[in-house]
Amino acid sequence: MPENYVGQRVRRTEDPRLIKGLAHYVDDISLPGTLHVAFVRSVYAHAKITNIDTSAALATPGVVAVYTGQDVAKVGPVPCAGALPGLKVPDHRVLAGEKVYFVGHPIAAVVATDRYAARDAVDLVVVDYDDLPVVTDVEAAAAGGTVIHESFGDNIAYKMTAGEGDIEAAFASADRTVKQRVLHRRLAPIAMEPRGVLARYFPGEEELTLWSSTQIPHLMRTQVALMIGMPENKLRVITPEVGGGFGSKLNVYAEEALLGWISMQLNKPVKWIETRRENIQSTIHGRGQVGDIEVAFKNDGTLLGLRYNVFADLGAYHQLLTPAIPTLTGLMLSGAYRIPAIQINITGCFTNKMATDAYRGAGRPEATYIVERALDLVAADLGVDPAEVRRKNFPGKDEFPFHTATGLDYDSGDYEAALDKAQQIAGYAQLREDQKKARAEGRLIGIGISTYVEICALGPSQAMPAGGWESATVRIEPTGKVTVLTGASPHGQGQETSFAQIVADELGVSINDVTVIHGDTGIVQYGIGTFGSRATAVGGTAVYIAVQKLKEKAEKIATHMLQAGSSKVSFEGGKYSVEKAAAAGAAGSSDPVYPVGEGPAGALPEPQTEGRSSLTIAEIALAAHLAKELPPDTEPGLSATYFFEPKNFTFPFGTHIAVVEVDRETGDIKWLRYVAVDDCGKVINPMLVDGQVHGGIVQSIGQAMYEEVVYDEQGQLISGTLMDYAVPRAKHIPTFELDRTETPSPVNPLGVKGVGEAGTIGATPAVVGAIVDALAPFGVKHLDMPIKPETVWKIISHG
Amino acid sequence: MTKAINLSVNGVAREDEVEPRMLLVHYLRDVLELTGTHVGCETSLCGACTVSLDGQAVKSCTMFAVQADGASITTVEGLATNGELHPVQEGFWERHGLQCGYCTPGMIMTAAQLLDRNANPTREEICHGLEGNLCRCTGYQHIIEAVEYAAKKATDSH
Repeated sequence: MPENYVGQRVRRTEDPRLIKGLAHYVDDISLPGTLHVAFVRSVYAHAKITNIDTSAALATPGVVAVYTGQDVAKVGPVPCAGALPGLKVPDHRVLAGEKVYFVGHPIAAVVATDRYAARDAVDLVVVDYDDLPVVTDVEAAAAGGTVIHESFGDNIAYKMTAGEGDIEAAFASADRTVKQRVLHRRLAPIAMEPRGVLARYFPGEEELTLWSSTQIPHLMRTQVALMIGMPENKLRVITPEVGGGFGSKLNVYAEEALLGWISMQLNKPVKWIETRRENIQSTIHGRGQVGDIEVAFKNDGTLLGLRYNVFADLGAYHQLLTPAIPTLTGLMLSGAYRIPAIQINITGCFTNKMATDAYRGAGRPEATYIVERALDLVAADLGVDPAEVRRKNFPGKDEFPFHTATGLDYDSGDYEAALDKAQQIAGYAQLREDQKKARAEGRLIGIGISTYVEICALGPSQAMPAGGWESATVRIEPTGKVTVLTGASPHGQGQETSFAQIVADELGVSINDVTVIHGDTGIVQYGIGTFGSRATAVGGTAVYIAVQKLKEKAEKIATHMLQAGSSKVSFEGGKYSVEKAAAAGAAGSSDPVYPVGEGPAGALPEPQTEGRSSLTIAEIALAAHLAKELPPDTEPGLSATYFFEPKNFTFPFGTHIAVVEVDRETGDIKWLRYVAVDDCGKVINPMLVDGQVHGGIVQSIGQAMYEEVVYDEQGQLISGTLMDYAVPRAKHIPTFELDRTETPSPVNPLGVKGVGEAGTIGATPAVVGAIVDALAPFGVKHLDMPIKPETVWKIISHG
Repeated sequence: MTKAINLSVNGVAREDEVEPRMLLVHYLRDVLELTGTHVGCETSLCGACTVSLDGQAVKSCTMFAVQADGASITTVEGLATNGELHPVQEGFWERHGLQCGYCTPGMIMTAAQLLDRNANPTREEICHGLEGNLCRCTGYQHIIEAVEYAAKKATDSH
């Protein structure tokens, strides 16, 4: 047993079941008599439904039922939690009504005895459409023409202006300004496990259990209960193993409520497992912004103001957080810099596409990209090194909490230290020299740099639609085993391990004695869930404070049992001890160890406390459970629950440096180096942090170089399979050189900041910056993502 | 209209009547209840469904169960021997080669075949060998290191 678990590369306790193929994702759970659901989805982006004929489908052997929009009229609308002033919220029914609004819009649910029969019957449902003009371009949507939701009169869901400082004065007084139009394409989150729901209604108990691949079991329980009109405490949501989310499962989807409702109609378990094609059509997309950046600055590179006018492509409907995502972009437009005046003007528009919503980073990658591209443009305009423009505008490490013109107070930071370290690891000065030489030889090498800040640990409840706290219960069972119930809902992040590390250290027990339970509303107290890099900073803190509460009680019991009187008991190595003149009983203080099946028969052993000078926490837990030797007025049991409300967000930061070489003949982009220095505050498990950073950077590389959800002008989804939607593969990645600085957050007692989205937020501008820099000899100052070899080749070939 | 198939799965002889159109992955998952093999895309692009069929890593989502008649199949559940993890499984655990774990069984089966063919692969050879398998969580670096760990472990123990 190491001295401490926290800070160590502890192997994950989750892994044995996963590497043996014995874990249970939704589709791995089978209940007797389960029926399978498949959806009829719109093949048009915008059309009137004139008729639906389900008779052939219903006549097919194995088909049990077919439901259309009319049948499910009593199921409530898909919820939107993003409350903004004047926001237009379309009535988002779980199945289409008179019209369909995007390709993939669910029209009918077919229920059959097996998945093959259900799929067959989908093809037999005949839907007659009258197609309508399609709106796909977000700026055209804002300009007028066809109105998607006619009752609103136009396609503008909301307009919002935010920011502080005198933006007009900043531009009026600037020595120089630069302006750039920037695209953030739509991205598909592509969790490797598509969505899936298994629903089982118990008619006698009037209870419904939903197994769903979600990041937010409790929020989903509340919303689905409202949608299908059942008491919330009769609905149990279980997230078994969840195969990735990246924000795409931070949502409440039509299918989740529908499956519950169908199970109630048929009194049978029903299952729906999303296909990958459905996943790209009808699971939320990320990003989807078109905007103009304007920057005002002085001749010496001092930033004066930044304005971003943006059109946000929201899609046809709001999902849970759709309209809120662009507002997060506005929050982070100050980046790592002192910018006295900032303004964002958002126009959120409906289009005939799937909704956009939270995808890893959720609005913040857009902000970082804008700010970092802006800094590169400023550097290019002034003819100075992009690292130096950044350094010049950093707030100093003593200026925290640092107030930004976006209304935030950054908790802590030392941006220069991260930049210095990254430059040192990369050998930045030498890299620039090498680049000069290479250019002289006709080679195209580019260096990109990003000094990002992100906003994590979402968040104080004031800033969140449905609570920003997180909950934890820590309980020591009569046998001394420690159970942790967390309201966070990890799905790959490894908190079964990292939370156990925290608890094992605090209780002085082996990590093998700690089990972390999550994702079951029938077992775990209400929680908010896992998103926004919050699980450790908010959920981990709740765990930490719950342990402290538990220890306060244990100490009281120990003092009583050890007859310490007024002398103080101490806690070390899992034992409460009292200084006694004759510590004769010390020899008997070890934990009893019983091999499996060989424990004492009958009742639990009672702790032998007579003459002891120390007691293990397990013995105290047993005594607390037996409740025969407790101090007066003490509740039996050894358990504590805590709901942690953070006072502020946390603001991790770092510097990423990317080095690429572009092939003159083919336009191919080859990796030379990738250095990342991230600061996510205190680190619980460095191995897990590295894993989060790697994964985030590769999603960034995907965005920068490969990924793009493409709809044609008819609203047809062109990138509808993994053949067309290019997710990075092993051969596409550089070898990462990672390091860290560690600036603890003052916001929580653990000092942690969060790291789940750092890579996705920090890396994209470094990658794009490197490719643009490689092409600087051709006068290139900006390229829109994804930057493909074809684009590069055209620039080289045609100038 | 079912068809009889005889095959060996993880060393156990199996005899079943299956629909001719039943996919091998559904036979393994739904009939044999070996749910370690996953479906991630149904177009053989993601590799989550990879199993070993007569020593070849194949994507069981684009193969019919009837095509496996007479074959010997190993799934991720059959990779450990006598409770001892395969070096690739151990490598994934030691080097944090997985996060959500969904791609992991397919990734492990592909990596095991890669090492069968080439006991000491270079990084480039590993990346090439894993080209048919997608992972969205890890960014691949720890997967590559897991395969390197397994290669070293297997070499050291010989």
